[in-house]
Amino acid sequence: MRQDVRRYPGLGLLVLLFFGWLYLPIAVVIGFSFNENRLVSVWTGFSLKWYGAALSNSALVDAVRTSLTVALIATALATLTALMAALVLVRGRDVRARRLSEVVVNLPLLLPEIVVAVAVLILFSQIGLTNGLLKLILAHTAFCIPFAFLPIRARLQGMTPDFEEAAQDLYASPWVVFRRVTLPLILPGVFAGAMLAFVMSMDDFITSNMLASGGNTTLPVYIFGLIKQGTTPELNAISTLIIAASLLLATIALSLTFRGRGKS
Amino acid sequence: MTPRGKAIEVKEVSKDFGTFRALESVSFEIFDNEFFTLLGPSGCGKTTLLRMLAGFDTPTTGSIHLHGRPILDLPPHKRRVNTVFQSYALFPHLSVEQNIAFGLENLGWAKDRRLARTAAMLDMVHMTQFARRRPDQLSGGQRQRIALARALAPEPEVLLLDEPLSALDLKLRQAMRDELRQLQRRTGITFVFVTHDQEEALDMSDRICVLGQGRIQHLGTPNEIYEDPENRFVADFIGETNFLAVEVLEVTGDRARVRTPMGLEVTTFQKGAIAGQKAMLSLRPEKIGMEDQATGEVMRGRITNRNYMGGYTHYTVDVAGTEFRVSKRNAVTHGQSFEPGREVTLGFRQDSARVLGR
Amino acid sequence: MSGARFRPDFRLWGLLPAWVIMGFTLILPIGIVVLVAFGTRGAYGGFGWGFSGASFQQILFQKGWTEELEFNPQYLEIIARTLWLAALTTAICAALATPVAYYIACQPPKRRAALVYLVTLPFWVSMIVRVYAWLIILGNDGVIEKSLRAVGLVEDIDSLLFNNTAMLLGMVYSYIPLMILPVFASMEKLDGTLIEASHDLYANRWVTARRVILPLARPGIVAGAVLVFVPCLGAVLEPILLGGGKQMLMGNLIQTQFGGGRNWPFGAAVAVVLMALVMLVLMINALRTRPAGEAAA
Repeated sequence: MRQDVRRYPGLGLLVLLFFGWLYLPIAVVIGFSFNENRLVSVWTGFSLKWYGAALSNSALVDAVRTSLTVALIATALATLTALMAALVLVRGRDVRARRLSEVVVNLPLLLPEIVVAVAVLILFSQIGLTNGLLKLILAHTAFCIPFAFLPIRARLQGMTPDFEEAAQDLYASPWVVFRRVTLPLILPGVFAGAMLAFVMSMDDFITSNMLASGGNTTLPVYIFGLIKQGTTPELNAISTLIIAASLLLATIALSLTFRGRGKS
Repeated sequence: MTPRGKAIEVKEVSKDFGTFRALESVSFEIFDNEFFTLLGPSGCGKTTLLRMLAGFDTPTTGSIHLHGRPILDLPPHKRRVNTVFQSYALFPHLSVEQNIAFGLENLGWAKDRRLARTAAMLDMVHMTQFARRRPDQLSGGQRQRIALARALAPEPEVLLLDEPLSALDLKLRQAMRDELRQLQRRTGITFVFVTHDQEEALDMSDRICVLGQGRIQHLGTPNEIYEDPENRFVADFIGETNFLAVEVLEVTGDRARVRTPMGLEVTTFQKGAIAGQKAMLSLRPEKIGMEDQATGEVMRGRITNRNYMGGYTHYTVDVAGTEFRVSKRNAVTHGQSFEPGREVTLGFRQDSARVLGR
Repeated sequence: MSGARFRPDFRLWGLLPAWVIMGFTLILPIGIVVLVAFGTRGAYGGFGWGFSGASFQQILFQKGWTEELEFNPQYLEIIARTLWLAALTTAICAALATPVAYYIACQPPKRRAALVYLVTLPFWVSMIVRVYAWLIILGNDGVIEKSLRAVGLVEDIDSLLFNNTAMLLGMVYSYIPLMILPVFASMEKLDGTLIEASHDLYANRWVTARRVILPLARPGIVAGAVLVFVPCLGAVLEPILLGGGKQMLMGNLIQTQFGGGRNWPFGAAVAVVLMALVMLVLMINALRTRPAGEAAA
């Protein structure tokens, strides 16, 4: 009999239970979203009617539109900012205040989000900024930056400067080096970072809830409102749609990161 | 022979990294069509020097000229030199063809000219059928060839090679040496080759610059460097040698008379010896004959150790308390070997030894 | 290293956007939060500028009938509960994550990648959806209650929600991937021959786990602990939805002060305390890990 000293008896079972626990809530939500009954936990039959109800709910569609608008703009701004910062911090020579700049770029990760939310709320009220969408975009851009930054930095750090030096050696100007060598090679990292930033923005509740005013309700804030009114099958349907979208995005992002890692 | 032009002039180049002085006032010239090697142990500054030629490092002081023009103010992409990187640095997202054409595009070559040149380069390194492959689909030797083709394609004034053979296995390395040398003769481009492998350097170079501790230790032909090393560092770093601490009795011109610890007086070529001072006598293991090959100055000793190396055997022989390394080819008949403990006669010719003052 | 060398100006303007955005939306506002914490309460919500320690005083004392200060443990209890729940969450996450991460690290590469993917996946699902899911499971007439009733174990139970245990469960569920990933990263580097060497030197599985595997996984556990502990201190959704808003934590305490426009300076003061706690944790971590890192280098 082969004996593997690395194996621990019972560990497999524990891991199985763990994954069960990890996916149970998601499975429950998805399962009950197909429940025909009004009451969430009374199963009376299969139905898609709650999806119909969800998709024809104009408040929900508005919330999705707000979330998408904010997330897309914040992701674009955050990714661009993060890309530039990563290029300087990883590739730049003799950068002044390099460590301090790294801390500043990652600041949102070092602070509890509720503090950030309170801070921007007070700021916007003080400077009299009333455009709800603009407030959301500004705040989301800030907290998305580190999520975009970290994968890009990891990718850049994992890439030998030899490629860029070889390009310079072959008469490429700095801009050509960036466009033809650096950018194509770190693109998986940029994609992963953008994806992460997008999901973080779409997912955000604390800041968006604090800034929510009038017509600018994001999806999580809208869902929060629904939850407070009680659990409904329609809520399950909405949640299932969100789960499906997140899993799709996650799969794309993770496969990009893994493929990137495999190559280098 | 026509007088050769100077491809590169390095004048009093020093480089400090913080408080560490990597290069100390290094000056030399490299001629057109030359296969020039920078040889030295790791950390001797040879790669730093190469990177300065390419433009990736700047000297703290000093100047570098390429065909008479100062180049230190030029960024790498404006210097007509190309590099074969140690890692090859082939762009993984571009095909073999695109890699070779990369430099030509940046130089603004027209498309038809670019294509013709790329095809010619592929042909030169026998890689035509791999044109559309990606670098990760190539073997180490093939990558090496593409890196060469890519660097030679823009017809650089000087080709820089940073330990290009170190990633290859032994057999391939041998073959690539010949290929590199032939390529250099055929193209007539000046090669500046960096290596820590003395065999490679001796085999391929027209001239070798031995660097140690940030200084030039010796600059000369392979033969000069091996047979007439400038100092102990060079004698020790290139090949193997026996050092005997000797007393310099007399110096006349390029010769010196010295006394060995065994009391033997030897007169031979010297470098840096000063009469009345201590010096080292360097004697290569293969220049010492054993038993029936013992000619010249003869000594008796006892074999204390034997290392069988295949093509030859190393013996350690104790001569009155001084240990000698003796190398003997295992030629013609196999098995003529001496057992440790055996008393043997050693002999060497006086002019095969060297007196080194420094 | 030399990518940016010939465009020295890029070193400045490349970092500029990050500094401007962070400066405007984070650094400056947090300065204002500190000022507001020392400010005075406005008549109709909001706040007034000034310098007063009243808000911090309010965390510890309340004014009695005759304006005398009485010690009021209400908010201290919230702070203590927050710290306790965050610590407990971190400990449970570590205890769960270590064996799971070890198991994953021991799998062949393909399966390993698949399992890492499975661990990460739920984390991508919106936080509010994940917390909501537990609401369905634990809630009144929820999945658990139904199941228990179905097998005849109970007749009717009070809701499993709105207590510390429900919050704890939700927080562990929310943050465990943040523990598993760093622990896995250090386990992945663990050389299998080390475990074999340990057994070769007469250690059994238990001794090997305690003296070889755990010490080597420690950097990952410490990194994961910070990643879990810090967001737990500021948790908002779990206390509101699973704690029912009765079992307050610092996160929703702050939120209610701003949400209803009730007492901004007091909310800011609690936020400052929260920030101080987080900074303390990060500083302790930095001090603890730095000597180890230097020794390794």
